[in-house]
Amino acid sequence: MTAAAAPDTRTLADFVIGMADNDLILAQQLGKLCGHGPNLETDIALTNISLDLFGQVRSCFQYAATLLGNGATEDTIAFLRKEHEYRNVLLVEQPSLDFGHIIVRQFLYDVFHHLLLERLQFSADETIAAIARKSIKETAYHVRFSADWLVRLGDGNDESRARAQAALDHLWPYADEWFLPTAVESAAAAAGIGADLPSLREPYQRKVAAVLREATLELPADTHFRKGGKQGIHTEHMGYILAEMQSMQRTYPGMQW
Amino acid sequence: MDATIPQQEIDPGLLAVLDAVSDPEIPVLSIVQMGVIRRAVSTGGNRVEVDITPTYSGCPAMDVIADDVRAALARAGFEAQVRLVLAPAWTTNWITPQGRAALEAYGIAPPLEASADKAALLGESKVVKCPRCGSTRTTLVSRFGSTACKALFKCDDCLEPFDYFKCLK
Repeated sequence: MTAAAAPDTRTLADFVIGMADNDLILAQQLGKLCGHGPNLETDIALTNISLDLFGQVRSCFQYAATLLGNGATEDTIAFLRKEHEYRNVLLVEQPSLDFGHIIVRQFLYDVFHHLLLERLQFSADETIAAIARKSIKETAYHVRFSADWLVRLGDGNDESRARAQAALDHLWPYADEWFLPTAVESAAAAAGIGADLPSLREPYQRKVAAVLREATLELPADTHFRKGGKQGIHTEHMGYILAEMQSMQRTYPGMQW
Repeated sequence: MDATIPQQEIDPGLLAVLDAVSDPEIPVLSIVQMGVIRRAVSTGGNRVEVDITPTYSGCPAMDVIADDVRAALARAGFEAQVRLVLAPAWTTNWITPQGRAALEAYGIAPPLEASADKAALLGESKVVKCPRCGSTRTTLVSRFGSTACKALFKCDDCLEPFDYFKCLK
């Protein structure tokens, strides 16, 4: 297979930023749980996962900043964009309503994230491949954690099962958007830099189904899948997340640790 | 040892200086023993280049390590340029034998082989050894511990909780 011509740097930067936006928003959501986990160990686990994701985001945004030039830094990319410029999928911005939602959201994302990184390890772009090879080891832990908890909740008592099922019914419609490539993602895939996203759908659904079987949970029937996040059209939750996440950089421009 | 693992490339004259820089989160371990220093070479005069690699992407210690490396080398009369490299990705195999011994003496169980690690973290087998009493009757408390690189265990014999350094391959 011959790869198409390499995309221009702007397209490459957009691809890297779009990929990392999922991790950024999910990491922010998990970070907010610090001190609010159902028990100490889970609290620590969720914030550890948040830290891993923020680390992966930093690697991506630092790379994107070098591609963009013109004074861009990891901080301007993370904190100084407007809502419609963020390209994360809608799933990761859905609220942490209860532990069931936290775990289902995490599991649905982790399975996709791991499959994506499996492909990106072999990206024609050396930096993206290096970031993916680093990140996939961490993400393998995340999948284990969230799949394990999903089974515990689903195959737990009546209350935990009902909550896990309700969360799945609520969040499953958001678990298809990532397979629909944007123009940027298509260009990256054609150049051997990105992944062929539609081809991830089948292994994704297989993996999810296997864990759900063990968890005695069922996928909702006749799902109408939601989309729009990757085009910058977000749900009402996104504004609140950004308001909190951006407040320091907006109040004290250029601040650093 | 895995033969495919690239060796650290450290000029002999820099080794002692770098080996005196400790991991900020595990003070008994030097960053050389940890495998975080990948390359440290003289580039002429008193200038040196040092490549460091993070254990985990989000490792908050990297900035401190870079500062500590620059400061330690400056004290020894060198001007260091420190670069963060991601590839090849760090693995727990890069922790030196001395480093593993230091971990255990400090109360952190060193990482097992990947297959044993998986079984231990899934609660399928009891292979993680308590660093305090040596018992292998230990139980996983949480797959995530006090830092990104550790899991939390407890010993069923001496009943002490302890950290286990997760295998990363």
